[in-house]
Amino acid sequence: MGLMETIFGWGGPRWGVHPDDHKRPAADAPLRVLPLPAKLYLPLQQHVGGAARPIVLVGQQVLKGQLIAEAQGRISAPIHAPTSGTVAAIGEVTAPHPSGLPFNAITIASDGDDRAADAEVAADPFALSPAALTELVAAAGVVGLGGATFPSSVKLALGKRCDVTTLIVNGGECEPYLSCDDRIMRDHAADVVDGVRLMMHCMGAREALVGIETNKPEAIAAMQKAAAPFAEIKVRPVPSRYPMGSDRQLIQTLTGKEVPSDCRAADVGVIVNNVNTANAVHRAVRLGEPLIRRIVTVNGGAVWQPGNILAPVGTLVSDLLAFAGLKSEPARLLMGGPMMGAVLPHSLVPIVKGTAGILALSDEEIATPAASPCIRCGNCTRACPIGLLPLEMAANVRADNLAGAAALGLSDCISCGCCAYICPSHIPLVQYFTHAKGELWAQERTKLRLEASKRLAAARAERQQREAREKAAAAARRKAERAAQKAAAAAAQSEATPIPTESTP
Amino acid sequence: MNGTLITAAPHALAANSVSRIMLTVAATLVPATFYGFWLYGWPAIDLWCVTVAAALLGEGVCVKLAGRRAVPELLDGSALLTGWLLALSLPPWAPWWIGVMGGLFATVLAKQVFGGLGQNLFNPAMVARVFLLISFPVQMTLWIAPLPITAAAAPGFVAGLHVVLGGVPQLDAVSSATVLGFAKTELSRGIDLAHSLAAAAPGTSMSGARAGSLGETASLLIAAGGIVMLLAGIITWHIPVAMLAGIAIPAAIAHAADPTRYLDVATHLLSGGAMLGAFFIATDYVTSPNTKVGQLAFGAGCGFLSYVIRTWGGYPEGVAFAVLLMNALTPVIDRYVRPRILGRDRRGAPLDPAIERAKS
Repeated sequence: MGLMETIFGWGGPRWGVHPDDHKRPAADAPLRVLPLPAKLYLPLQQHVGGAARPIVLVGQQVLKGQLIAEAQGRISAPIHAPTSGTVAAIGEVTAPHPSGLPFNAITIASDGDDRAADAEVAADPFALSPAALTELVAAAGVVGLGGATFPSSVKLALGKRCDVTTLIVNGGECEPYLSCDDRIMRDHAADVVDGVRLMMHCMGAREALVGIETNKPEAIAAMQKAAAPFAEIKVRPVPSRYPMGSDRQLIQTLTGKEVPSDCRAADVGVIVNNVNTANAVHRAVRLGEPLIRRIVTVNGGAVWQPGNILAPVGTLVSDLLAFAGLKSEPARLLMGGPMMGAVLPHSLVPIVKGTAGILALSDEEIATPAASPCIRCGNCTRACPIGLLPLEMAANVRADNLAGAAALGLSDCISCGCCAYICPSHIPLVQYFTHAKGELWAQERTKLRLEASKRLAAARAERQQREAREKAAAAARRKAERAAQKAAAAAAQSEATPIPTESTP
Repeated sequence: MNGTLITAAPHALAANSVSRIMLTVAATLVPATFYGFWLYGWPAIDLWCVTVAAALLGEGVCVKLAGRRAVPELLDGSALLTGWLLALSLPPWAPWWIGVMGGLFATVLAKQVFGGLGQNLFNPAMVARVFLLISFPVQMTLWIAPLPITAAAAPGFVAGLHVVLGGVPQLDAVSSATVLGFAKTELSRGIDLAHSLAAAAPGTSMSGARAGSLGETASLLIAAGGIVMLLAGIITWHIPVAMLAGIAIPAAIAHAADPTRYLDVATHLLSGGAMLGAFFIATDYVTSPNTKVGQLAFGAGCGFLSYVIRTWGGYPEGVAFAVLLMNALTPVIDRYVRPRILGRDRRGAPLDPAIERAKS
């Protein structure tokens, strides 16, 4: 960087942080394939939306790629057996989440044969209608592999519905330590490009922009080569700046469009998909292989041979760590990158479709100095990619003024962690914001519940009043009718009086 | 590994800390301070020591009274920096009790009483300086001409202690006035600048060898330290540039209009606390706004008020007053100047998707 860039921040994005990326040597190590584990644990909820519903029974034989749990609801994804074997159990396992709470899962005991179910493959997927192609992606259980795990088919259908013109392919991989996206682009660039073309067909997109951070020159070169025959696919190197891989930041960097805060990317004509998702779409459509395996980066100071490992979904973290080897007992175990990843309670949890990496960090890597008072240095304000004032929001949360924090834009916070990363006072800002978001969510729920019961009570009171009114009205009507009858009778009598008079003796 | 520990992301932290920032700032003050020591000799060194020691003592006692451990908080370097900046703004040969009272006032009354680090509204060093200036105007305006420590007439170590501790008048020292003070006095006597500066101006050399506080005489070294802080990313350019512009622009206009009444831009920028204020005082994190636009407004206000006080006010120098006045405005600036949130307009309403869709 030149003098003027250093002082005035010219050139490059003004938001974000630049953490030490720790990507190499793991990124450069050749991809390894994990030997088939004896048991695989497949949580039913590996995606955003409704949990899948098991359709197999304990003891049942399954083949590799066989559907074992079907999608439930509009936003959901099915789950397939990653290898052949027997359904050993359907029940709870520890969730890959800091809480360590149990999670419903299907356990498959591998038979070691890895026999695949027969798969039908369309000869020319581009001859299929976009809807039919999207259906194939849905049936393969493909979800966003960048970590959001949103069902891909739903996103593709949304893209079609919203007239999305631009598919943004996210090869940013801005999280330190992780390199599974880098690896897939280096090793399978042609497959990724094919997946991109298939997704464009599903959405009717006219162009695809592949954003890759400049710290991955090999991936950029490989993707440029693979995309060269297709004029509609453009590879665009982007500055290495965290959180470049966040969709709103990448969209803005590549297209100049800003996604309005209450809108989805599709509303401005853009959809973002990860490079690994593109590869999964390619495999689903061209090979008929559902999403049953993925590349996982195993990295961190405690790992003996850091690198990328191709592993079936449902593999225990302990199996991956045993394969990569541990130098020392990890001081902290993470699923995902160090900026946004979650702490794992122990290593006996399965990896899921969205697991990009497992980090076993050593003591030196997780130094956690005690928090000291805020000195209002403003580093967090400058780092925030959303333009929030983290220090002011934190001060409000600390004073339990959640409304104040919300007024400052808490709901726009993406929890990227830039503020807490850069804070010289080591204030756990993300923790404050996560707490406040949870509290606000709970308050919102309570408010909705109260409103609902108020509405019900009002409806009941109104119904009772209406019934009373109707009863009264009916009574009045009956009374009037009776009176009318009586009057009519009286009138008739008076008219007929002469006769009876005559007849009266 | 601790299986029960739940720690929020991020799990990586920048290698930065409060003490690292404070000590880096202090390090950038070293060249200017040593130059000042060389110019003003042992009395200046002694005064610097008592001022810093008093600031540290005040901080330590308050932290202890608050029931916390004093040493870790003293090691954050903020009290050291407060004392140091105050010392740089004092007349170099001021008596010891000026330094002690100023140091204690800065950390006890201007900082800890508000709740300690990060809680004070006003810059502690400037609060202390203004307190001293108003309470002890004689001692605070008694400047001497530079007398390098190597000069034959300069007081030695023991004589220096006599000057600072005993207030013994140094017969060899030539009392003098700062440029700003001299110009103001002469103007008030009806002598315009063309005559007064030509006849008997206190040295106005660029090397800074002229009467003033340590921070004034070494203003070029102070500016160099400020540029190092900019390069190190400790401060941003907004406050210093805005403050210097806030002084320079009105000075240029007024000087062009009437050079016999108004000092020129270079004299304004290199005199008094302009450089120290722009790079080290106004940029104090705690008491300045934390958005770029807010910092520009704050810096420009500091600069403009300094110029106004210098030119038309009762005191020859106004940086300390200007900074304190703008400190009072900081919460207001921070309330009204906020960055635009991504995906929202300036008023906070979500952007129009149709307009964004049309961009390409």
